[in-house]
Amino acid sequence: MFSFNPDRSQYPDVGPDGKLEVDLETGKYLKLWHGPNHPGITGNMSVEITVDGDEVVEGKTHVGYLHRGFEKLMERRTFIQVFPIVCRVCVPEPDFNEYCYAAAVEELAGIEVPEQAQWIRTLILEMGRFNSYMMAMGGIAGALGSGVIGQWMTYVRDLMLDRFEEMTGARIYHMFILPGGVRAGLPEGFAGRMEEVLRTAEKYLADVDKVLFTNAVFKKRTKGVGYIDPALFEPYGVTGPNARAGGVAKDLRKDAPYLVYDQLDFEVVTETASDIWARAMVRRRDIDVSISLIRQILAKMPTEGPVMTALPNVLHWKIPRGETYIKGESSRGEYGYYLVTDGSGYPRRVNVRGPSYTHAMALLEHLIPGTNISDIAALMVSLHTYPPEIER
Amino acid sequence: MDMRELIERLTSRHKLGAPIFQRPDLTFVDLTDNDRLRALLVELRDIEGFTHLVLLTAVDWIEEGKFQLTYMLNNRAANQTLGLRVYLERKDPVEFTSIHDIWPTAETYQRELREMFGINFPGSPRVMDEFILEGWTDMPPYRRDFDTLAYSQQTYRDRPGRATNDPRDHMKSKMYPEG
Repeated sequence: MFSFNPDRSQYPDVGPDGKLEVDLETGKYLKLWHGPNHPGITGNMSVEITVDGDEVVEGKTHVGYLHRGFEKLMERRTFIQVFPIVCRVCVPEPDFNEYCYAAAVEELAGIEVPEQAQWIRTLILEMGRFNSYMMAMGGIAGALGSGVIGQWMTYVRDLMLDRFEEMTGARIYHMFILPGGVRAGLPEGFAGRMEEVLRTAEKYLADVDKVLFTNAVFKKRTKGVGYIDPALFEPYGVTGPNARAGGVAKDLRKDAPYLVYDQLDFEVVTETASDIWARAMVRRRDIDVSISLIRQILAKMPTEGPVMTALPNVLHWKIPRGETYIKGESSRGEYGYYLVTDGSGYPRRVNVRGPSYTHAMALLEHLIPGTNISDIAALMVSLHTYPPEIER
Repeated sequence: MDMRELIERLTSRHKLGAPIFQRPDLTFVDLTDNDRLRALLVELRDIEGFTHLVLLTAVDWIEEGKFQLTYMLNNRAANQTLGLRVYLERKDPVEFTSIHDIWPTAETYQRELREMFGINFPGSPRVMDEFILEGWTDMPPYRRDFDTLAYSQQTYRDRPGRATNDPRDHMKSKMYPEG
């Protein structure tokens, strides 16, 4: 087993302000930028690391490469104009934004959603989760040098994007879940074509199990590395698979069922080791849960009835003063929208609570000291962070 | 957990406003005595089981001259979310108590609020470090009185050859060229 025991006497002293006193003049320490252009970084962010030999003594997350000011933009748009923007907040799993925003508006405006629309929303969210996990599996394998897994997963994700295209007309930003329901019902024969995709996915995932999870290099570099103490979960706001890998069965689909999750049969996947391996394994097993949920939804969902409630005239749509918070279990953890209205035709404030906001900032900076420089990429990818939701 | 009972119990020791029961699992309540914030948060975390800080954000009520801070807390076992609202006077400098020692993750939220709303949290780690905006010298941009259009017109130049048309007149001239 790979073990790493840093010599603490080599560490820089802590100054009165709590920061490390790193004197670069001594030549003992070196500052490096891990990202924003680096294969081992999860998108548009960077980590400024201070190394002593190959040991990292400090890491600071830098974001701001992708700030689009969406929360401000939304304040200047009517409620229906906001809806095409929200999906762009998070690129790899955009549907969660659509659902949370739509549900928040519906709650404050008092709109009922037809039952079939609830099922289709659940289906879309599970398909989005499947896609997001595909990227996560490819990412963790790629960060440890196994690029072929990333290619397989991209292929499988592409098949699912075909199903998205068939259902919604778009591949990445679907703009399908809007306040009041969804745009349309399922196309003819959709379930059969989805089944083909799921079977292909299962074939590739069986290969992933053989190539990745029994791979000696992958095991040695992930087992016992990047451990998160479960005692840190609450102080650092850790949710989703990162918490489930530490034995805490946090899953909003079970804890606070939304949409039709209370009518579906599934178990919350947990592991206990809380290291990179456990987090990868939780995601791998959660893909199976998603596949099973997609099958259940297609088998159980009603196929008759409306999918959209009539909205008031959206050009003059005013929502009374109020506020609400809508949350759901995304592939990375708790995703939520805090919507405040003031009685006008525009939202007063929209705040997006992305799980990466806590995982990639405070938690990552806490985990980095004492790790080896070559483990940084795997550590970061194993937290499954998406920078767009940190800076919106 | 009965939220009505909880709010009643808390009101006996802290000055709370009238609660809003938004959903069976979501309650909002105002704290009217800002000095009691830390005591109330610690009590909610350690005794009432609200161990998860979901988010911390601000709302600018410029007409009322106030900033609203929302501390969203969650009790997973009871499936209850509590939005605790605090109001600050909208007079510069705006400062408030830091809670980074109660939830370390609050540090990031406070850094963002300092940058985007100009609400400072003295003592919070790296609160004065730039978070998203590098080299920003203007008013904090998420305040309601920050004019995005004026800012972009003053900061950036239009590409040459670009013309602006009034949509109504433009369509009219395109569709009915003879008038």
